Amino acid sequence: MTSQVATRLVEFVEALRAKGVNAGPSETIDAGEVVRVLGMENRELLREGLAAALVRRGGQRDVFDQTFDLYFPAGVGRPESAREAEDMDVTQLRELLLMALLDRDPRTLAQIAEIAVDTLGQVGQPGTDTAGWSAYQTIDRLQPQTLIAAAMAMQGGGSGQGGHGLGTQFTDRLARDEIRRGVDAFREMVQSEARRRSAELRGRSLVAKHAVRNSQDRVDFLTANRQQLEELRRQVQPLARVLATRLSARRRRRRRGAIDMRRTLRRAMGTGGVPMRPVYEKPRPSRPELVLLCDVSGSVAGFSNFTMLLVQALSAQFSKVRVFAFVNAMAEVTEIVRDGAVSGGADIEPRIRQEARITKWHTSSDYGEAFLDFREFFLEAVGPRTAVLILGDARNNNQNPRFDALHEIAMRSRRTYWLNPEHHTRWGLGDSEALAYSEIVPMYECANVDQLTHFVTRLLPV
Amino acid sequence: MPFSSVEDVKTKLAAAGYLASDAIATTVFLASELGKPLLVEGPAGVGKTELSRAVAEASGADLVRLQCYEGVDESRAIYEWNHAKQLLRISAGQDETWSEAKSDIFSEEFLLPRPLLTAIRNENRTVLLIDETDKADVEIEGLLLEVLGDFQITIPELGTVTATQRPFVVLTSNATRELSEALRRRCLFLHIEFPSAELERDIVALKVPGLDTALADSLIRVVNALRAMPLRKAPSVSETLDWARTLVALGAEALDDEVVSESLGVVLKHTDDIEKARAQLDLESVLS
Repeated sequence: MTSQVATRLVEFVEALRAKGVNAGPSETIDAGEVVRVLGMENRELLREGLAAALVRRGGQRDVFDQTFDLYFPAGVGRPESAREAEDMDVTQLRELLLMALLDRDPRTLAQIAEIAVDTLGQVGQPGTDTAGWSAYQTIDRLQPQTLIAAAMAMQGGGSGQGGHGLGTQFTDRLARDEIRRGVDAFREMVQSEARRRSAELRGRSLVAKHAVRNSQDRVDFLTANRQQLEELRRQVQPLARVLATRLSARRRRRRRGAIDMRRTLRRAMGTGGVPMRPVYEKPRPSRPELVLLCDVSGSVAGFSNFTMLLVQALSAQFSKVRVFAFVNAMAEVTEIVRDGAVSGGADIEPRIRQEARITKWHTSSDYGEAFLDFREFFLEAVGPRTAVLILGDARNNNQNPRFDALHEIAMRSRRTYWLNPEHHTRWGLGDSEALAYSEIVPMYECANVDQLTHFVTRLLPV
Repeated sequence: MPFSSVEDVKTKLAAAGYLASDAIATTVFLASELGKPLLVEGPAGVGKTELSRAVAEASGADLVRLQCYEGVDESRAIYEWNHAKQLLRISAGQDETWSEAKSDIFSEEFLLPRPLLTAIRNENRTVLLIDETDKADVEIEGLLLEVLGDFQITIPELGTVTATQRPFVVLTSNATRELSEALRRRCLFLHIEFPSAELERDIVALKVPGLDTALADSLIRVVNALRAMPLRKAPSVSETLDWARTLVALGAEALDDEVVSESLGVVLKHTDDIEKARAQLDLESVLS
């Protein structure tokens, strides 16, 4: 391998590392082997090959692809397609895009993205530090989302003539979503092309650092956008299942109780028929009982999105989950969450705000007051088999934190955990009571899926 | 080496009835070239287990399978002594000395080889499939590290068995538990996603030849639309195939409201998913 390729590879791995893909020297060596075996001729094969060597979990693939496009670009400089389409204006581009969306042709879409960035995306003064290529500006001028309606109209006209009966009509209902997905894909292509062009001007590592999005499992719950929330929902689902089983009482094998005759005799074969070590029957898995206390106040608005995801996922898994929401008054919202889970979950939060009594005379969060409420009205929900999960930032607005109420809840439960979306260095600063509360119940930082995974798979005892 | 290039992997797998995407073919080729185990993750029903069967068939190798479950241990994974037979042997040879008996009962005849040992001792080319690795306990991972590291197993009474040829190892996981970093490090990683529309069309054409192409097209469009919905269990390739077979059995000629709402249960396995899909696909009118 030439030293040039090796250097590029090492830089590439470094950029990945900065984005949270945990690749060590041994992975770099693997990647080198991959380049040796596959060669550099076929870019797509090289991409898959390097992914096999460097990526270690599914959620990292996005970051990998974006960084790969920067470090192993398909071309350099102005793409051929853009040179040919020298004098194309916005209207023509939009027409081209419309046709490509109707044809669902990814290759044409990619070409249009290249042209669009070239003609519409240039920002700053050429030749100075401000020069670059902006995906935002390209999309803003091209307005691809406004093409959906036009595309639908064309589609409708087309199937009227050559349709074959009911079948066409049925799949027509899917067309809108398909075209919308096409537009989303186009947007991605524009972003990646703009990154590539900017990287040539500004240097790869700089663009990789700022323009490549963080890997899915490191997206902050507090700042996630709609699309990222969709992704999060997909990732939280399996985690919630694990979490629910972990929180339920679970013992491997009993040390006492009924003897499993069959297994004891089978084991006795090893000692000549003498049952030296009895095997006890497996304990019946106990039904998990979960009580969730969720802060839904404004300061954790982004986090409560996640909270609702988790709560929904949990209540879908298990019947004995009770959900309580609070700002400064505790209210049970189990029914709302359960209804919401059927209809897709978008209306849960507004319904909680409208129907549940989660505030008293003011609207800022007050954990102490909420815990007191809980102790007064719902304490019977917590028993020796219940796990309690508190989700919130422990910012108490300088009210009385009422440690005694939390302590009582924690004492009655089998286990109590607190998940805090704030970075742990900010615990205890300002009006945060996190440090004091964390002395009563174990508190874990939980700002992204990565940390949630860590909590669920590593910190919870089996 | 059984494969000469990525293309070669594709053709051979296709001949074995497995249509591989670029990603799958490349990773299989690399795993066989570099001699590294292959860790396959992905949603249920996208053909993780099927892949190793196809690789075995394509490379003319024997397939040895270790199914992991909670509580699988050395005696299930590597080898076990056949206690009952040993006892019989001892009681049969009444008047021999202990040392005679001992050297005899700890011989090949009384050994019950389990998948890992079988794969390592096999003279032929072998594909070792370790299925659902995430279901096994953490301790087994340590065991696997040892075996997959140098492909040898030490049996105290018999000595060390070393592999004459390196088996092609495939580990699958459904990600119910995070596999340890150490195990991930030693493997090439392949995340199988739902296939692209074209590939899935080819898969349907290959596996369900009786289905009309136009119908297959609309079928795949519907399945892709379902995958974009927030469902509890998104339909996977195996569900697509089931659905295709159902449509053939029903003798459907086109996908219309009635056919879809009758057979939606084949693709979606939860009642609330079915309800959600019905609402989104505007099937309500048929219900009433």
